[in-house]
Amino acid sequence: MTGSIPIQYFLIISTLMFFIGIYGFLTRKNLITMLMSIELILNSVNINFVTFNKYLYPQNLQGHFFTLIIIAIAAAEAAVAIAIIINIYRNFRSIDVDNVDEMKF
Amino acid sequence: MVDYTYTLLIPLIPFLLFIFIGLTGHKMKPIVSGLIGTSGLAIAAILSYITAIRYFWTDHLAETGYKSIKAFEITWLHLTDKLTINIGALIDPISVMMLIVITTVSLMVHIYSIGYMKGERGYHRFFSFLSLFSFSMLGLVLATNIFQMYIFWELVGVSSFLLIGFYYEKPSAVAASKKAFIVTRFADLGFLIGILILSFNTGTFDFQLLTSPTGPAITMPGGAAFMGMSVLTWSLIFIFMGGAGKSAMFPLHVWLPDAMEGPTPVSALIHAATMVVAGVYLVARLFPVYALGAPDALTVVAWVGGISSLFAAIIACTQTDIKRVLAYSTMSQIGYMMLALGVSGYGGHDGLGFMAGNFHLFTHAMFKALLFLGAGAIIHAVHSNDMKDMGGLRKYLPITHATFLIACITIAGIPPLSGFWSKDEIMVAAWHHNKILFSIEYLVAGLTAFYMFRLYFSIFWGKATHYHHTPHEAPYVMTIPLMVLAFGAVFAGFLPFNELVTSDGLPFEAHLDWSIAIPSVLIALLGIGGATAMYMKSNGLPDKLAGVFGNGYKWAYHKFYMDEVYLFVTKKIIFRYISQPVAWFDRHIVDGFMNLVARTVDNTSNLIKNFQSGRLQQYGYVFVSGAIALVLIFVYLWNF
Repeated sequence: MTGSIPIQYFLIISTLMFFIGIYGFLTRKNLITMLMSIELILNSVNINFVTFNKYLYPQNLQGHFFTLIIIAIAAAEAAVAIAIIINIYRNFRSIDVDNVDEMKF
Repeated sequence: MVDYTYTLLIPLIPFLLFIFIGLTGHKMKPIVSGLIGTSGLAIAAILSYITAIRYFWTDHLAETGYKSIKAFEITWLHLTDKLTINIGALIDPISVMMLIVITTVSLMVHIYSIGYMKGERGYHRFFSFLSLFSFSMLGLVLATNIFQMYIFWELVGVSSFLLIGFYYEKPSAVAASKKAFIVTRFADLGFLIGILILSFNTGTFDFQLLTSPTGPAITMPGGAAFMGMSVLTWSLIFIFMGGAGKSAMFPLHVWLPDAMEGPTPVSALIHAATMVVAGVYLVARLFPVYALGAPDALTVVAWVGGISSLFAAIIACTQTDIKRVLAYSTMSQIGYMMLALGVSGYGGHDGLGFMAGNFHLFTHAMFKALLFLGAGAIIHAVHSNDMKDMGGLRKYLPITHATFLIACITIAGIPPLSGFWSKDEIMVAAWHHNKILFSIEYLVAGLTAFYMFRLYFSIFWGKATHYHHTPHEAPYVMTIPLMVLAFGAVFAGFLPFNELVTSDGLPFEAHLDWSIAIPSVLIALLGIGGATAMYMKSNGLPDKLAGVFGNGYKWAYHKFYMDEVYLFVTKKIIFRYISQPVAWFDRHIVDGFMNLVARTVDNTSNLIKNFQSGRLQQYGYVFVSGAIALVLIFVYLWNF
């Protein structure tokens, strides 16, 4: 089945997701949105891992395992990040990154 | 050899008391800290008396002459194999005598202070400082080597500074404590230089080695080293400079009158009986070196002592603050002691001056402490230091009056009280040595009698001043020390000092020389008579006499403008021509360079700190655009 889909399709999808993520991360001021953008970047990497594993080394499983680890870590990271964001909100009454610059300089 | 290791406890007890009262005193009732301090001092005093009795009598040391005994010694700092600094306790006639003087006077002052300081703020602070002082002074006299002595010498200076500045809210007290510290510290610089020269050339700090007639100091090859005097002479003159500063000898005496800003018991203990005689003790301690190695230095000691005693006696006749009169009198009496040491030779009857100087130190400690404590009781009753505010007090303060009178007669040198005996020995020693110094001392004896009785009559007789509230006698806790010291002042003269404290440890025959004693008593009586005529009843005589002396009186009243001279030298010359240029250099060149460095760093960091904005997204932009740029570069490179 998968053999019929050329690898470029997967790569294009993951590249698009990656740059959408970068764009969102750099332009959005809302911390939650930035967190979502990071998730997008991570998932695009996941797609890359799985794709290259499938097309280049079908007999190996390292790519899959890496993907699983990244998903697990991303979940943990999201939990920590949201906890931080909540605390920031409590302290600053805002989750706009431009307002959170008290510790600058 | 007899064991005296326990003498270590004598300085150690006050030290522990200082720490204990200093740390926990604020938690206890004031009176408790006073009682603890006093009882600790009482133990130290008892130990000192035991030591004295054992050393002088029961241990039978007299047969071979009193030797110095090292009761205890440890190496405190091992710097190199040749240079080590020891701490220990040295027992010999003068240190035992000083132990008695210090612990007795200190104990009396402690008891007295319980009453005198009642209700003062910082009661426990006062007692902890008193303990610190007692510790330092006892450590000083027990020092086995000159470096230990120097350490305790400075400690004594610090505790004196703390106690003069006890009323630290009074600007004059602060200024006085600062002045005392700076002047004595300046003198101690000379002491340190002297120590360094002496020990560099002899290779030892140890007193026993230094003072041994066959030791490295005395047998040091002499010869003119600098300006016609040998190295040893120079070092001893420098060491004497330290002693002169501590003992308020001319011209380093300016701090002593101002030091009277401290509480009166402190003046009695530190600035009359113990600390100010440290200079005398220092010369006595190194006496064999002075007498055998450098007679020139001893001549300097004699003349400084003689000039100081005359100078101070003249000023004392014109002052009106009773404590200042006593301060100048102290200076004058210490001048006597220095002179006695200065005219002395070594060994046998030649060492009469040495014995007389120490004898006078002993008796002076008793009667001068008594005078100061009496003055304290008077101030306590009248609330003023100035004798113009006093008069006719003999009805109100009977005990103080009696003891003060005893002390005045003693210091005037009327037989058979103690002052007569010690002063007479000094006169005899001076007569044998130098007639000019002898005549100065005759004059001073008359002046002493005059100003002491001027003080006495102005306080207790004269016009009956009207007081706001009737002065009342001090409580027993204050009058009992007065009586004890009066007892000492009367009977201390009968101690056989010529058998106990001599320059070489061997007793010699001292006899009263009536041809010198009778004129000196007569001149003292003359002084007393003059004071009686002028001050017993209020009359115009003093003013008339002041008019006769004219400018001389004015000069003496202003203490010969010594303070002004010092101010001129320091402010107009040293500050303007040395300190200010140095300060300018420091402020503009040294600080300026550092400021330049700081400003450069600050400006640079201002320029580059925008790179670290703390904004995550800005970092992201930079990072991503950098990554993309790198990718483009690599792609470009690979294609070609």
